[in-house]
Amino acid sequence: MQWTELIVFSALFLLVTVMGFVAARWQKGDTLDHLDEWGLGGRKFGSWITWFLVGGDLYTAYTFVAVPALMFGAGATGFFALPYTVILYPIVFLPLVRMWSVSRVHGYVTPADFVKGRYGSHWLALLIAITGIVATMPYIALQLVGLEAVLRSMGLNGGGILGHLPLFIAFVILALYTYQSGLRAPALIAFVKDILIYLVILVAIVYLPAKFGGWGEIFNHAQAKFDGTPSKTDGILLTGTNQLQYATLALGSALALFLYPHSLTGILASRGRNVIKRNMVALPAYSLVLGLLALLGFVAISAGTKPIVNQATGRPDTNTIVPELFGHNFPSWFAGVAFAAIGIGALVPAAIMSIAAANLWTRNVYKEYIHKHATPAQEAKQAKIASLVVKFGAVAFIVFVDPQFSIDLQLIGGVMILQTLPAVAIALYTRWFHVYGLVAGWVAGMGYGMWLLYNIGNPAVNKAHFAGSALPLGKISIFGWHPFGASTTQIYVGIVALFVNLLVAVIVTLIAKRAKVFNGTDQTDPSDYHVDEDSPRVKPVATH
Amino acid sequence: MPSDPKTGLRWSNWNLLLLVPLLMLITPWFNIDQPRLFGLPFFYWYQFAFVPLGVLCVGLVYVKTKDKPVVTGKPDKLGVDDLDEGAK
Repeated sequence: MQWTELIVFSALFLLVTVMGFVAARWQKGDTLDHLDEWGLGGRKFGSWITWFLVGGDLYTAYTFVAVPALMFGAGATGFFALPYTVILYPIVFLPLVRMWSVSRVHGYVTPADFVKGRYGSHWLALLIAITGIVATMPYIALQLVGLEAVLRSMGLNGGGILGHLPLFIAFVILALYTYQSGLRAPALIAFVKDILIYLVILVAIVYLPAKFGGWGEIFNHAQAKFDGTPSKTDGILLTGTNQLQYATLALGSALALFLYPHSLTGILASRGRNVIKRNMVALPAYSLVLGLLALLGFVAISAGTKPIVNQATGRPDTNTIVPELFGHNFPSWFAGVAFAAIGIGALVPAAIMSIAAANLWTRNVYKEYIHKHATPAQEAKQAKIASLVVKFGAVAFIVFVDPQFSIDLQLIGGVMILQTLPAVAIALYTRWFHVYGLVAGWVAGMGYGMWLLYNIGNPAVNKAHFAGSALPLGKISIFGWHPFGASTTQIYVGIVALFVNLLVAVIVTLIAKRAKVFNGTDQTDPSDYHVDEDSPRVKPVATH
Repeated sequence: MPSDPKTGLRWSNWNLLLLVPLLMLITPWFNIDQPRLFGLPFFYWYQFAFVPLGVLCVGLVYVKTKDKPVVTGKPDKLGVDDLDEGAK
């Protein structure tokens, strides 16, 4: 047991717990019994709060432990996280402000609300809502993987069910203050999280490379390690076969990120269009941190860091690489700060994700199918309870199911959420696609994507299915015809599935238009997409 | 920012700058070790250099398209009635 680390960690954890409960009274609206208030923090966050909130939301604990772990294990391919988070902002800059405006005029709380308003189809909205919930659940579970990596590094590495007790306690506390304070809790805690992360990373990237002979030495060490492995795809540079995978994974991840309901929650909670635009300029500051953090995977190679064996599964857990690196090379008190940064880094996104999933459940399932005339107060109550269910579901997942399963599901989740792009993102610009086309495209893209992922095996780790998202082009077959021959060049599955989705959507749309099938009623007006905070057309918050 | 209720799409040529960071996806341009900078292979520092470049592009689009209504000289004439969307 590492007492100094544990004490520093606990003190900081206690601080954010108090903040979480106090947050209910921070920038308080008239009532917390409304989704605008509980689920979107009153829709009035300014530039700074949004920067911390969205930054805390997108750059999660799992990212902070998994990306360096990937660099440690596979080399340059793990660095895709940097291009991913650089191209992200220019891609979403224009669509996000349109989404904000139309949501503000009509009071939409979730992306599925928008789809329902745009196409007048609650079935299409249900499809989008379910995709969002299913894709978000494993993401929450993964935050626990990050948190647990830290707890186990501090010596809380028990076996069996009891070994998960510290994790369980941390999550009960999180669940309680999220229940009480809603989105304001993670918004306030994000300040602490981000400041700690910045502090730790800046110290780490100055102190650690110096300790191990500078970056040049560190890269040479890494190259020597990868040269010694049987795998041909690792190394400090990309190889001939994984360059396309690198680029398409970065692009696919960037397209997918703001389709996740929790990312949109942060955007819809902001006060106005300029707040969002300023954030698109300022958020890459986190990308810089993420890129530097990724390089710590190579530092760990030079430092000879060994992943610790998870007593619950009996296997070495590569996600403990960064906590172990910090634990062995920093003084204990600072290692405690670093662990707290990662641990609190798990709480912020977990809270936002559970709120986003709860909003989807409440708005697009509960209100739509179970209790049509629910009052705003009943909606808020339902969402609070749903957020508890979602969080305990995630804990149960980690405790009773192999964590590896969450990691697989997260991989699947990225491919799934990408299939909502035509209905959510393209619909922001045009209603050209027919609602039948969107549904057919979703089914085709989802089915094909899942089938491809199922068939990706990795003999090296003894897995026959769901072993990764890199698909050799030669494996793509159209009824037995292989358009790319036996090519071993890899591509990201999500992009292939999205292509199939769009293709089917276009074909079915053309047929439906020729057959003159009714395409639903559009509740939105072209001018809705440009309305800003000072317009009289924005819907009053928390009144409808 | 004045909101123009008429047009569906607004376009400014400055928006084209948003495409520049996508050049980062052309991996053959930078998948090399030399020259190194502070010990970092070219592959890494080249991509780090795209962070400020991305900020510059998005920042320019933000500044240049701010407060630029497509149709000028038309005051916002929306009345109080537009606020009244009825109780649901």
